[in-house]
Amino acid sequence: MRPGLGPRLRPGLRAGAALAVGAVAAGLAGCAAPAGDAGDAGKTVTVFAAASLKAPFTALAEQFEAANPGTTVTLSFAGSSDLATQISQGAPADVFASADANTMARLGGAGLVEGPPRDFASNVLTIAVPPGNPASVASFADLARPSVRTVVCAAQVPCGAAAKVVEQDTGVTLKPVSEESSVTDVLGKVISGEADAGLVYVTDVKAARDRVQEVPFPESAQAVNTYPIAAVRTGKHTELAATFIEAVLGPDGQQLLRGAGFGTP
Amino acid sequence: MRRRRDSSYNGIPRWVMAVAAVGALLVLLPLAAMLGRVNWAQFIPLVSSESSLTALGLSLRTAAASTVLCVLFGVPLALVLARGDFPGQRLLRSFVLLPLVLPPVVGGIALLYAFGRQGLLGQSLEIAGLQIAFTTTAVVLAQTFVALPFLVVSLEGALRSAGSRYEAVAATLGARPTTVLRRVTLPLVLPGLASGAVLSFARSLGEFGATLTFAGSLQGVTRTLPLEIYLQRETDADAAVALSLLLVIVAVVVVGLSYRGPAPAGSGGRTARPGTAGNHGRVAA
Repeated sequence: MRPGLGPRLRPGLRAGAALAVGAVAAGLAGCAAPAGDAGDAGKTVTVFAAASLKAPFTALAEQFEAANPGTTVTLSFAGSSDLATQISQGAPADVFASADANTMARLGGAGLVEGPPRDFASNVLTIAVPPGNPASVASFADLARPSVRTVVCAAQVPCGAAAKVVEQDTGVTLKPVSEESSVTDVLGKVISGEADAGLVYVTDVKAARDRVQEVPFPESAQAVNTYPIAAVRTGKHTELAATFIEAVLGPDGQQLLRGAGFGTP
Repeated sequence: MRRRRDSSYNGIPRWVMAVAAVGALLVLLPLAAMLGRVNWAQFIPLVSSESSLTALGLSLRTAAASTVLCVLFGVPLALVLARGDFPGQRLLRSFVLLPLVLPPVVGGIALLYAFGRQGLLGQSLEIAGLQIAFTTTAVVLAQTFVALPFLVVSLEGALRSAGSRYEAVAATLGARPTTVLRRVTLPLVLPGLASGAVLSFARSLGEFGATLTFAGSLQGVTRTLPLEIYLQRETDADAAVALSLLLVIVAVVVVGLSYRGPAPAGSGGRTARPGTAGNHGRVAA
């Protein structure tokens, strides 16, 4: 039906089909592998962690593997809400580190959390502006200026909920040009220069390095986001999960988290 | 076993049927599973909430605008690709069809660098007082970008299978190219054009990645139905499922329309379609 394409495709079709079958087979084999590890109990701990924890948790996993020879830490980073959904749908997680208490509570409500969650870090909002601060943003109130294109998180996600708290406390009503569904999308709009300012977490600014500038504002202390961690009840490697959680709460874990800009819980 | 002698051969090996059934299940099973999760008692309130209706309205409006742009630019493109003969034609086709295989988020990034504030055209546009990012215009641009190939592919296929015999006759009778295009070519490929337009509309309706990257997300301005679903999913799974079903229904209706017989051939007027042209339309994309 696409005469322009048909004849050209045909000679390669056989090879293509073989390749496709091979790829599917390899894909399936790959999928099957982690489940097969279940027999290898105690050697692998699977950690589902909020996307903002990527840098410190990756470093911590390396330290953990070095300190516990023979163990492997498998990390999966995504939005806390996505991770919680995956876990409740049966994803093989041993440890869950959430970026907000509500998401952890949701999982706990479903009976999927082992023991009470423990707070291990905190994060506060800050203003990210493109290098050079083109709109001369100096305070939280500046974000409400009509000439400033401000981007925030939607109220449905934790960073947006925190922004709402600050708005209520300061009495400043923002008129954002966009309400993104993740803090990385907010940061992206600032980095690309589309937005004059964005409300993100301190750790996001730190991770973005010189691609954005920070304009701290004191009112951010009104909305501190606490990160809880817990073992997952359906996890298969309970002992190793507990050891990993101790490592996060221990001095090495805490030092890595401070380095990434996180505050004490 | 001697079915081959039948005038219309339709013997399909059983194993082909089995694989086809698995293929069909792959598509149908997730949709059925979603249907099982719909909170029917709350369905109407969920899909008729203010934010849902705003998102649906915005989606329908922007998809309609994008479809118009796709027809406007896609018809000439398809003509040039099907009938033209110039160096770089194959390359041009590859590039025009690129959004079909490109991850939409890549499309969004590309659009950002073209029309964004710091982009290629963005600065000139800004000076002219035109701002595209974070506006509904950005949504329409993103949708047109991803949907245009659907129209071009459909129409190019229709043009090629229609051939150019009638046009050649018209030309020998003294018709100028524009007249031939208007009175012969377009009426001939009208069904292909219609199904291409419907597919473009459907693709625009489902656009998510490029919009999220390029246009942002604000209720009533840039938050189309797929973006609303993505956001609702964060806190209210019931609302997300209800809205997903709404989008599935709209998509099924739209795609169903494109395969419902030839489009009305009224606009051709006296030129009328030559009856022997056969099944030139109905291009499956």
